[in-house]
Amino acid sequence: MNTIAQATPPNIGAESDSKPVMRSVPIVLEPTTSLIPVNLGDLWAYRELLYFLIWRDLKVRYKQTMLGAAWVVMQPLAMALVFTVFLGHFARVPSAGIPYLLLVFSGLVPWMFFSSAVVSSGNSVVGSAHLITKVYFPRLIVPLGAIAGRLVDFAISFLVLAGLMYYYGVSLSWKLLALPVFVLLLTGLAFGVGTLAAAWNVKYRDVSILLPVIIQLWMFSSPVVYPVDVVPARWRQLYILNPLTGLIDGFRSVLLNRKVDLAAVLISSLITIVLFVFALFVFRRMEKDFADVV
Amino acid sequence: MAKPIIRVESLGKKFRLGAKAHSNLRLAEAFAARLRAPLKMKQREADSEAQTVWALRDVSFEVEPGEVVGVIGPNGAGKSTLLKILSRITEPTSGRAELYGRVGSLLEVGTGFHPELTGRENIFLNGAVLGMRRSEIERKFEQIVSFAEIDRFLDTPVKRYSSGMYMRLGFAVAAHLDPEILVVDEVLAVGDAQFQAKCISKMGDVARGGRTVLFVSHNLNSILSLCRRSILISGGKVVYDGSSDGAVQRYVTAGTLQHKGERIWEDPESAPGNEKIRLRAVRIVSGNEITQDVDIKNDIRVEIEFWNFRPGTRITASIHLLDKLKTGVLASANLQSANLIEDKWFDKAYPVGLFRTVCTLPGNFLNEGRYHINVILLTNVTNMEVFADNVTSFNVYESGAMRADYGGYWLGVVRPRLAWQTEQLDGNAVELQEQTA
Repeated sequence: MNTIAQATPPNIGAESDSKPVMRSVPIVLEPTTSLIPVNLGDLWAYRELLYFLIWRDLKVRYKQTMLGAAWVVMQPLAMALVFTVFLGHFARVPSAGIPYLLLVFSGLVPWMFFSSAVVSSGNSVVGSAHLITKVYFPRLIVPLGAIAGRLVDFAISFLVLAGLMYYYGVSLSWKLLALPVFVLLLTGLAFGVGTLAAAWNVKYRDVSILLPVIIQLWMFSSPVVYPVDVVPARWRQLYILNPLTGLIDGFRSVLLNRKVDLAAVLISSLITIVLFVFALFVFRRMEKDFADVV
Repeated sequence: MAKPIIRVESLGKKFRLGAKAHSNLRLAEAFAARLRAPLKMKQREADSEAQTVWALRDVSFEVEPGEVVGVIGPNGAGKSTLLKILSRITEPTSGRAELYGRVGSLLEVGTGFHPELTGRENIFLNGAVLGMRRSEIERKFEQIVSFAEIDRFLDTPVKRYSSGMYMRLGFAVAAHLDPEILVVDEVLAVGDAQFQAKCISKMGDVARGGRTVLFVSHNLNSILSLCRRSILISGGKVVYDGSSDGAVQRYVTAGTLQHKGERIWEDPESAPGNEKIRLRAVRIVSGNEITQDVDIKNDIRVEIEFWNFRPGTRITASIHLLDKLKTGVLASANLQSANLIEDKWFDKAYPVGLFRTVCTLPGNFLNEGRYHINVILLTNVTNMEVFADNVTSFNVYESGAMRADYGGYWLGVVRPRLAWQTEQLDGNAVELQEQTA
């Protein structure tokens, strides 16, 4: 009957090759009031987005640079050389019997990972405002992706560290088996601090200004460019309250086959776990306002 | 009745006015406020209550699977807020919504595109952002590329793309999204006219494919051609929920429906115009009465009355006729060369006084539906003194004159009677049929 009609509405409900299926359990959208646990299923469903965001960051970071991924190695290596010359040779900072270059580099590799992961995840949510205001995905993916990208850098610089250990003839031991634990704890701590910073940064941009300062101070309050022995014994108890003390010293100790300070590692692990859980809850509580505030 | 795939129950969203100012709050101030909190709690609550606005309030509706629903309304009505809640970008302040399917939202073309990455890389990135699986993107890759018409530039960074190419690529990825519920905001107006037509037709395919679509647009033509049902939102509330025709009609005539075919300005001080000329009245006369409902077969007289305050002025009256979507149908002016008859006042010097100029639109000329009128008064043919935008409107209805033989939808803004004639060219149709077979 519609012979003249050209622009009539489409015949809704017409047959198609792929029939959409309805869910029996709905996605319910309503105001949340209480504490929200992490939705692991949702995170899993969006794992490919996580993968693509990591891939994008890595690709973009070194796309128009001449040396590309070599920078990952150059940066800590250059820093290690400067510290070796000025602290190791001129200031003669004690290095607990380890070649100073090896001491510094084995501290800088975990430290650079930690600091860059914290800074990049701390700025990640604000930096992804264009995504957050336009499309849904579990917001946790953003800081997770930022940290995971730095893990790749970490893996590359770790290879250089391994080469250095070979050069200095470091003997390997069974303690190396504990290495993944330290990497995991470092990642967890970076996630805790970075995710907290990311959530607060959405509301208070002061965080992004404050973060580099804190990182700078944190580096010198951690055994990165000096061994723990440098710290006087009476300050030691306060010193190990810095969770990085146990983690970086532990990381170095298992690599270079030295005695691990178990008490410090335990305290670090405890603080890391508490911070990790706390950050998750803060992030989940604040994330519903991200799209409105950012 | 089928089970709804979207159920929205008294949904509301409150925004804090000056949310920007709030977000720029210094950390120190926040701490200070926390310290003072026990004392100031009540006052702060009161302040914040006064500075909030409900972008959406008490919105309820249901959508059945496979429905394509348009959402229209003026700027700031809350359309985008509604879409943002349904696509889970932001959380409602009150009420709830249930979605019985995966939601794909398309609030922007090219979300997540990175300028440094190539077209190929961005297809994967954008697809993942929109919620597509990698295998799904790989499967649809060829289709996406050919739809976007960017084959040659697939390995060029998108920062070197023209804005048209960028938009096309963005739409192409989004158009191949395949969720049960698709939420679309104003993204169809991309690219040149040809690509726009392609986008509209693709949207039509999506709709026909049985997807449920919620479609926000200011382009009423595409709303009318894609959606049977539309929801009109105004001031954060659902004002109308029904046929798209009805919703569009309500929306477009929201400002002009209060009068009955006649607008009169009694006070020459405040009437539209200036110290030279002012408008006194505009009325629609048809079938010998002032009316806004016009029989399709009758002439329509547009009467324009105006005061002239300066002796010796040459005045030209002019009208614009617009259809219900505010698309121009015609413009006409009281000029000798554009006049079907003769006006003895043409090119004369008007003395001070009140005048009436009448323009007659023929019957059996306009299609059914609502038409709007702008009135323009000019001096010396080219100087515009009065521009009265959308002063009145009228509705053309079919009384049966042209509907004796056909009752369905009739395309077009005009419906003139034209001359049709048929003659037979060959009597031997049987032989023709055999030849072609």
